Amino acid sequence: MAIIVDRNTKVIVQGITGSQGRFHTERMLKYGTRIVAGVTPGKEGQSVHGVPVYNTVEKAVKQTGADASIIFVPAPFAADAFMEAVEAGLKTVVVITEGIPVHDELKMYHKAKKEGVTLIGPNTPGILSVGETHLGIMPTHVFKPGPVGIVSRSGTLTYQVGAYLTSLDVGQSTVLGIGGDRIVGLTFVEVLEKFEKDTQTKLVILIGEIGGTAEEEAAEYIKSKMTKPVVGYIAGITAPPGKRMGHAGAIIEGGKGTAESKIKALESAGAKVGKTPLEVAQIAKQILEGDQ
Amino acid sequence: MKLHEYQAKQFFAKHGIPIPRGKLATTPEEVEQAARELGGRVVLKSQILVGGRGKAGAIRLANSPEEARRVAEELFGRVFKGHVVKKIYVEEQLDIAREMYVGYVLDRAKKGFTLIVSSVGGMEIEEIAARHPDKISKTTIDPVYGLWDFQVRNALYKASMPNEYFKEVFRIAKKLYEILTTYEAELTEINPLVVTGEGKIVAADARLNIDDNALFRHKDLEQLRDYTEEDQLERIAVERGLNYVKLDGNIGVIANGAGMSMATMDLIYIMGGKPANFLDVGGGASSEVVKKAIETILMDKNVKVIFINIFGGITRCDEVARGIVKALSEMEIGVPIVIRLAGTNEEEGRKILEDFIRETGIKLHIAKTMEEGARIAVELARKIEEGGEA
Repeated sequence: MAIIVDRNTKVIVQGITGSQGRFHTERMLKYGTRIVAGVTPGKEGQSVHGVPVYNTVEKAVKQTGADASIIFVPAPFAADAFMEAVEAGLKTVVVITEGIPVHDELKMYHKAKKEGVTLIGPNTPGILSVGETHLGIMPTHVFKPGPVGIVSRSGTLTYQVGAYLTSLDVGQSTVLGIGGDRIVGLTFVEVLEKFEKDTQTKLVILIGEIGGTAEEEAAEYIKSKMTKPVVGYIAGITAPPGKRMGHAGAIIEGGKGTAESKIKALESAGAKVGKTPLEVAQIAKQILEGDQ
Repeated sequence: MKLHEYQAKQFFAKHGIPIPRGKLATTPEEVEQAARELGGRVVLKSQILVGGRGKAGAIRLANSPEEARRVAEELFGRVFKGHVVKKIYVEEQLDIAREMYVGYVLDRAKKGFTLIVSSVGGMEIEEIAARHPDKISKTTIDPVYGLWDFQVRNALYKASMPNEYFKEVFRIAKKLYEILTTYEAELTEINPLVVTGEGKIVAADARLNIDDNALFRHKDLEQLRDYTEEDQLERIAVERGLNYVKLDGNIGVIANGAGMSMATMDLIYIMGGKPANFLDVGGGASSEVVKKAIETILMDKNVKVIFINIFGGITRCDEVARGIVKALSEMEIGVPIVIRLAGTNEEEGRKILEDFIRETGIKLHIAKTMEEGARIAVELARKIEEGGEA
């Protein structure tokens, strides 16, 4: 089991003929992702690593029966690519693109909600259902199948925690980056709900960072509804207010969104919070071993 | 991108929001001249991109052109919260009968812009909310359907907006939304929105922050960016394509990924040290990028130690190690460097670094985990600060 996507998910790649699209299509195919089509307007008839390219998402879906899309389209055109995917009936759309205007992201978010589409990202490393499928840009070899679900706002930090877990012989179920932007498709709460229901997942690691209140809302959910243990990590205890720390969403505004507030919220909800990435992996291992 | 008050006000005026008469000046002479044209009694407003200008003393009154000049002489070149005053916006003094607030802020949780209206003002919006909860209202707008009149009406009723101002504030709130969407702002506010003794309503201050990610659609706005306002080092970093934020510690940080860079800073702090910066080299970490990153960090003279913390994902550690070696061979560093490479091909990467140390005698400290690397960096920085050799 895994959440959102599995080995049967049929995927199209939007922006497949660009350098990022090509590179990651090859990696995803190697991992076993069922990529059935690519889309780049004007490039129909070509193929990329054996994957046929179509001009429109609509045609790609009609020809292949795809149910998900991953978008590598540059920021000025990414929202348009997303709308096209939704109109073509796809129910899971992963948007890797960084730098999409926030007014576009708001429209993307509401379109996704209205149509019942799971929007992962924007500005995400994607989703990896370990051992099954990969719609993303993650270094998949640092992960191995197992009981830990990971949900995160940060790419490299997720790989680091994953690598520490794997080195401690603790595997992962699904690894999901919700994205580093201010407006993203999935909240921590929505992903926690899915992990709570997933039979493979026994424990969830939540990797947050400064900015916004998604972690505080997650803490509320953990406190009231979650039965599985959650281990947290929050980046940015040394981040100054008013400065954007790499991610568009990583900014303390008007005194809100500090690491302290998030750590406190998680801890008071009963989640253990690791001070370092290594400690996060160690705590997860301890809890899982205590379970047995 | 934050706009200065005088720039924001030009957009406000263009969209029909009343503003006081004013002129921009860059010398005390120009300030005096502007004050004369505006009738003598003026406000001198330092054009610096920080909040709380009034309390900091960056906004001053003058009651004659001569006084305006004297005050301007004091203000020009002064530093408020790290920002040097180079421009002063000279405005007519207002006869203030009442202060109010109208603004739009992004609500990340509700996924929309929120219209905030208050029938009192002159203080930070958080303070208004705490002290006058019955005089403030918040309405989140669906970005797909846009702002409707009833929403503005309801917002004004909830904020106890007096009848005599209702129509005009309604009009201004709608115009401000037009500005928000036309220029793809991430924040815009009027604080205070002033009612004058004559009953006129004018925007006494103006904030307009444009979404950097949307500037490709607003090329004409990009030229309004005031680089003199941004930290010099941060500006250089932007030109070099690096994501850099200066902090006040002494351990320079280079990492890949925003979360990883923050986690590295945090680790240094947890180990008892102080990070000098945030610097994310992104995915590639080629020798050219590593070199630029080190050069940027060393421009900060507080830096005593550099900690390079790279997790090789798709990027292989041996590639990153070659990049670091190339960068170090081509430049004089002068401070100790701690390196931690982990992930894909980390053994090969570490071997390249060890060979480099053996061949050149350049001292690099190689750590196995990021936790160990942070500990070494903090220890080295402490020794150097105490005057010992590292």
